[in-house]
Amino acid sequence: MNIFALIMGLFAAGIVAAASERVHAHAPRWISLIAFVVALIYTSSAWLGAGSGTEEYARQVLPWIPQFGIQVFLVLDGLSLMLVALTAFLGIIAVVSSWSEISERHGFFQFNILWVMAGVVGVFSAFDLFLFFFFWEVMLIPMYFLIAIWGHENRSYAATKFFLFTQISGLLMLFAILSLVYFNYQATGVITFNYFELRNASLDPDVAWWLMLGFFVAFITKLPSVPVHTWLPDAHTQAPTAGSVILAGILLKTGGYGVIRFAVGLFPEASQDFATVGMLLGALSIVYGGYMAYSQSDFKRLVAYSSVAHMGFILLGVYAFNEIAMQGAVVTMVAHGFSTAALFMMAGALQQRLHSRELSKMGGLWVLAPRMGAMTLFFVVASVGMPGLGNFVGEFLALLGAFQAHVPLTIAATIGIVVAAVYGLSLMQRAFQGVPNPDVGEIEDFGAREMTVMILMMIGLVWLGVYPQLVLDLSAPVITSLGVAGL
Amino acid sequence: MSHAWVNSVMPHLVLTVGLMVLLLVVAFRRSHALAMTSTFLILVIAGALIPQSLAAGSEEVFGLIRVDGYGQFFSGLFLLAAIVTVLISFRYLDHRASSCEEFYMLVLTATLGAMVMAVASHFATLILGLEILSISLYAMICYPQEGRLPLEAATKYLVLSGVASTTMLFGMALIYAASGSLSFSALGQPVDSQSENYYWLGQGMLIVGLAFKLSLVPFHMWTPDVYQGAPAPVTGFIATVSKGAVFAALLRYSVISDVLSNASVVLGISIIAVGSMVAGNLLALLEKNIKRILAFSSIAHVGYLLIALLVVAALDDPGVARETMMVYLAGYFLMTLAAFSVISALSISAKGQDSEQLADYRGLFWRHPLLAAVLTTAALSLAGIPLTMGFIAKFYLFAAGVQGALWILLWALVIGSAIGIYYYLRIVFTMTQSETTEGSTRTYAAPMETVVTAGVLGAALILFGVYPTPLIELVRGLIGAFGA
Repeated sequence: MNIFALIMGLFAAGIVAAASERVHAHAPRWISLIAFVVALIYTSSAWLGAGSGTEEYARQVLPWIPQFGIQVFLVLDGLSLMLVALTAFLGIIAVVSSWSEISERHGFFQFNILWVMAGVVGVFSAFDLFLFFFFWEVMLIPMYFLIAIWGHENRSYAATKFFLFTQISGLLMLFAILSLVYFNYQATGVITFNYFELRNASLDPDVAWWLMLGFFVAFITKLPSVPVHTWLPDAHTQAPTAGSVILAGILLKTGGYGVIRFAVGLFPEASQDFATVGMLLGALSIVYGGYMAYSQSDFKRLVAYSSVAHMGFILLGVYAFNEIAMQGAVVTMVAHGFSTAALFMMAGALQQRLHSRELSKMGGLWVLAPRMGAMTLFFVVASVGMPGLGNFVGEFLALLGAFQAHVPLTIAATIGIVVAAVYGLSLMQRAFQGVPNPDVGEIEDFGAREMTVMILMMIGLVWLGVYPQLVLDLSAPVITSLGVAGL
Repeated sequence: MSHAWVNSVMPHLVLTVGLMVLLLVVAFRRSHALAMTSTFLILVIAGALIPQSLAAGSEEVFGLIRVDGYGQFFSGLFLLAAIVTVLISFRYLDHRASSCEEFYMLVLTATLGAMVMAVASHFATLILGLEILSISLYAMICYPQEGRLPLEAATKYLVLSGVASTTMLFGMALIYAASGSLSFSALGQPVDSQSENYYWLGQGMLIVGLAFKLSLVPFHMWTPDVYQGAPAPVTGFIATVSKGAVFAALLRYSVISDVLSNASVVLGISIIAVGSMVAGNLLALLEKNIKRILAFSSIAHVGYLLIALLVVAALDDPGVARETMMVYLAGYFLMTLAAFSVISALSISAKGQDSEQLADYRGLFWRHPLLAAVLTTAALSLAGIPLTMGFIAKFYLFAAGVQGALWILLWALVIGSAIGIYYYLRIVFTMTQSETTEGSTRTYAAPMETVVTAGVLGAALILFGVYPTPLIELVRGLIGAFGA
């Protein structure tokens, strides 16, 4: 599989989509949709084409800046492949969910969506640290534009805050990357940004600890975790639906991916020393995110805070440092991609119909729009962690593994699941049940377009919940290669 | 020996002769287009002769200048900046001055002065180049006849720049008194312990004078007013050429004279660097005028660049410092010129003031997508975001700083860049917003040559941002083959 072509193809599709607006106002969204469908088919075929037990599905090396030992070095292993496929899938969802939401500048809108996704695919497949950082920042600017141009009332604040948080933490990571390369250069006399070579760098434990911290801060800002999560509720709330879907579904996962691949992968010993702090932040995010979610009156803000809580499970799972917990973190990443994307799509659909995200302006909507109600119920229940659905598998594995590592923190995190049930059901209750709100007139229920993508995501969650083995098989070799103990 | 030196200084000679030719052309026929075209050709010819001037090898001429790859790289950059300035000034001046032909002579003299500084290896040539450059700039700043601001800016620049020059001269005199030489390479250490005090006092005054020209904190007060008052194309020229020339000379001087072996000098420059990075970025936050924002941003950028200078003290090999300086300044030239060419393009038909308020840029994305894209690229590049040349430049600084273990400066760089993102983003954000109904009804008859220039600069920023290999190769080749 040619990953470079995939990334370049998405970039090129973005340019074509932007230019095609002159031909027809609807052309950009079709181009965007086709691009993501092709990307999904291409990625899946690489998966299906490979035999079981494959560790690498693709590898590509191209020269770039030889003076600094920088290469375009792209690899798809199981973890990367899974996330790239998720990216392409959520790309489809994002395009469909904003099908009729955007009223102006369609070309530039689809351009930004395609470029974010191209950057994300690059992040998931780059094994050269310079290239990784490059893509890490590339996905930032189009996302900024998505919020700043098509966002809601307070978009300036939200977009700037999002950019500042990510960029500043990114600078710390750049600092850490360059220091790592330099210390490796001092030891070996070779300048390289190659992931596999830098993994073998012999570092002073103190230095390794500081470098690990540089990566860690950048990734938990993106994830996000308490205490650097404050950009997320604003960005999610103000972004247009497609923006929220991409943010929650995919961009947050780059943080989780980074923690696993780089913070833990490059600095295993330092991360082990840091494990308790990592788990503590995870547990804090779970409890605090859940608590904050319950106190929101804005549909999107509520879901945004619930994301903080779910992302806590990823940190908890990764820093428990055993295979089961880390598998839980990976499954949570995928499952959260489906469930939260669906909820944001729902929030966007409601906003389009009611021109408000306030729960107080909803109520009794099930009667008016039964299909929307049923869909919301399903995804709320999934997000709460109902057995049989994807999120349950992820959270259960993460907690099971974490219990081996740190009992009090695991208990605290388990309380978070209870809180999740409270805010999830309260959301359902306030929006869809109860006495119909007299201010709401007729609203249009979901049509075939919306139902199709919702059902696709339902299938994804049920499949993950009932038979997660495919995902586990994909990520197992990666986790083993990190040197994490099995159980 | 014979005439090899003529070849070496051929670009300088072409400019000098070209200046006289232009004088004659203007004397016989006053035509703005003709003057502009001749200037353009002279600059291009001078640039084309640079490779040939290097072919003779590193050449010491009269003990006053030293023509090497390092110096000629900067000469090339100055010529490029001059070409851009000429192109973007053409229509701009048409609307503002009754006779525009002499402006181009000033551009030529200023460029010549900067090119002399780039190859100067002696105090005499250094001060000569600096004065040719500065005096031309005074006149360029107040060239448009309308409005009070250009005159105010020119006066301010004249006075402060004069003070800086005299401080430098005094410093040079003290150094001469202590070491008995005016040539960089013969400076060495002072002759006896008594003159040591003079020597370092002289060095200090020299550095203060240069810091004035570079607008480093705390000698930066003039910068925002001059940037705002000067016509947009000239501001671009000042921001790039005058700073680049001083930096080129400063680095050459520091490497040859070993002034950075003194710990207090290093400490002093470090404090100035940190101050510039932090203060420049913080002050930019308060501005709503894009030219003033860029003024403060340039203060921050020269602060960043001092890291490259300080690396000389930290490492034995000055190659790292040279390479960083060359790549960073190349990037800085491109992004600053790109920004100012957009500002000039939008100011063509503006009466009185330039289009310099942020509000003037509302909705630019939808009115003139190309110019908006170029300004966005320039702003992101100044902020150091990947995909743009600015990131490669910042990457170089980080790499150099890590090699030199300049941790405090690197932290200042991180903090400065972090603050900087905010105001660069504000420019971008403003352009994406829809136009308000009131005001901002400026019509933008952006002329073709300005738009093309801006487009080329923007494309170059992205090209080198994504694939910097050719530039790095060029810089390394120039340092390696003709190292000073």
